[in-house]
Amino acid sequence: MSKVKTKQPKPVGAKTSLWHHVKKEWKLYSFLLIPILYYVLFKYVPVMGNIIAFRKYKGGANILGQGWVGFRYFKQFLGDPTFWRAFGNTLRLSIGYLLVRFPATLIFALLINEIRKKRWKKTVQTISYLPHFISLVVVCGMVKELLASNGPINAMIQSLGFDKIAFLSEPAWFDGIYIVSGVWQALGWGTILYLTAMTNINTELYEASAIDGAGRFKQAINVTIPGILPTIMTLLIMDIGGIVTSNNMQKILLLYNPLTQERADIIGTLVYRMGISGGNFSYAAAVGLFEAVIGLILVTSANFLSKKFTETSLW
Amino acid sequence: MHIKPSKGYQVFRIINTIVMILVIFVTLYPFIYLVAQSFSSDVAVSAGKVTFFPIDFTLETYKYILTKDDSFFRFYGNTIFYSVVGTIISVGGTAILAYPLSKSKLRLNKFFTPFVVFTMYFTGGMIPNYILITQWLGMGDTMWSVILPGAISTFNLLLMKSFFTGLPDELEEAASIDGMGVYGIFAKIILPLSKPILATMTLFYLVAMWNEWFGPFLYLDTRDKWPIALWVRQLVEGANNVDTSSTAEASSVQATLKSATMVLTSLPIICVYPFVQKYFVQGMTMGAVKG
Repeated sequence: MSKVKTKQPKPVGAKTSLWHHVKKEWKLYSFLLIPILYYVLFKYVPVMGNIIAFRKYKGGANILGQGWVGFRYFKQFLGDPTFWRAFGNTLRLSIGYLLVRFPATLIFALLINEIRKKRWKKTVQTISYLPHFISLVVVCGMVKELLASNGPINAMIQSLGFDKIAFLSEPAWFDGIYIVSGVWQALGWGTILYLTAMTNINTELYEASAIDGAGRFKQAINVTIPGILPTIMTLLIMDIGGIVTSNNMQKILLLYNPLTQERADIIGTLVYRMGISGGNFSYAAAVGLFEAVIGLILVTSANFLSKKFTETSLW
Repeated sequence: MHIKPSKGYQVFRIINTIVMILVIFVTLYPFIYLVAQSFSSDVAVSAGKVTFFPIDFTLETYKYILTKDDSFFRFYGNTIFYSVVGTIISVGGTAILAYPLSKSKLRLNKFFTPFVVFTMYFTGGMIPNYILITQWLGMGDTMWSVILPGAISTFNLLLMKSFFTGLPDELEEAASIDGMGVYGIFAKIILPLSKPILATMTLFYLVAMWNEWFGPFLYLDTRDKWPIALWVRQLVEGANNVDTSSTAEASSVQATLKSATMVLTSLPIICVYPFVQKYFVQGMTMGAVKG
């Protein structure tokens, strides 16, 4: 801290030194003090804390653990079939969900856009946003209630003359439950950016298209979709970037059970079980770090490709 | 100009209306089902008789929750407490960080802005966070472990920053010429002008904290400190709640207790969200424009 700095009077108009700048604006900079400390402590210390993936750490206050082990934990999980099962499940569930949810929200947005009565449109939108605001715990509670052996869905199946289905303990049903409940949560909320983009499309384009003899369906294909293409691309990039790291881990933690684990266990839940429940902090941190790095690579490459081919990008 | 809609389009409009009604039904049915269950008798629910309307209408379950068992109020109170305290800290922290970051004349922002934005793309992960909170900071089982880890959301921060950037500089310059200091300007000019974004931020953080369960699940060992979300989770998991409901009265609402608790947990959100959803929508679109 060199507080005694020789002050040289600067000629007017010259760029002041950084020190002078900070001294002049210190009051504004002082706002940053607590929040930046917060970022260091709660966001960057955990990033640095990933160092335990390369060290032996078995709990305790010494965050650095008992010495370097290099890539031992990485080699360990890469040779572990449980990890590869979780890796496969992560990809399958994320991609499956994306493949259903992405077109579903897009189509739903196009359909909402065709509603002409303002109040009806508003009602549909408001109701469709509701699931977005509901706690994940309640959402998963609902799923379990609806699919219970004495729940309404099984009642319907029985009334049609079929046998009850043990949805929640049958691994084969997990994908469907995960995807459908996810679409239920995201359908309405996912339309917001599309609908905003649609209102920004110049109405003259529709008129010109109509003069050319295009019906409403053709207008949707030729005017609406090209008009919202940048939005579609941006959302697709974000979704692809999140395929590995999306925080659906919380939902699976609430939905899965030992019976469905073979199809439901994803990287996030594996990290939770190994680390928090099992106490293998270093091993779990290595898996978590691997996941985060893959996620970063994915979002960066999706962004790069999008920049190259569509001139739309996140940064 | 108006072109008479074609016959095909008229058919489409009818189908579209039917699709919309279906979507509304599917969206609302789980809520209808929970409400119906919560007003039905335990016997009817256990037998799986309830589908749309309450069977053997009764208020017993709500009576039990609200008068016989104090766990609901304790957990509900915790949720309100965490939500209020957490939101105050979050909104305050977000505002005092967003304000200087919105000032282009601050040269060090070239460093601070990427420093903050980086955390959106790469986070420490569950394990290092867990070790930091429980082992290093010793915050395990305290309210701080619930409130602090997510106190500032970088997404919200960027929204607020872009709002501040959009405010006209002239007002601040005029106040500065009148001799008002930096802190005075922030408190007396910027904050009053920022009511819309402050309201939006409050709602974002409030809803997030109200629904939060994972942080408390990781860090809170003492049951009495749980938010309502964790209580719901335990009721849904089922197996563990036998010990809490050993009385005859409790076992008479065994099957309806979870639905009623889920209804009460979601009720404030369901009542408020239709009126505040436009702020969320604005936040979403602002965030997207910012990129």
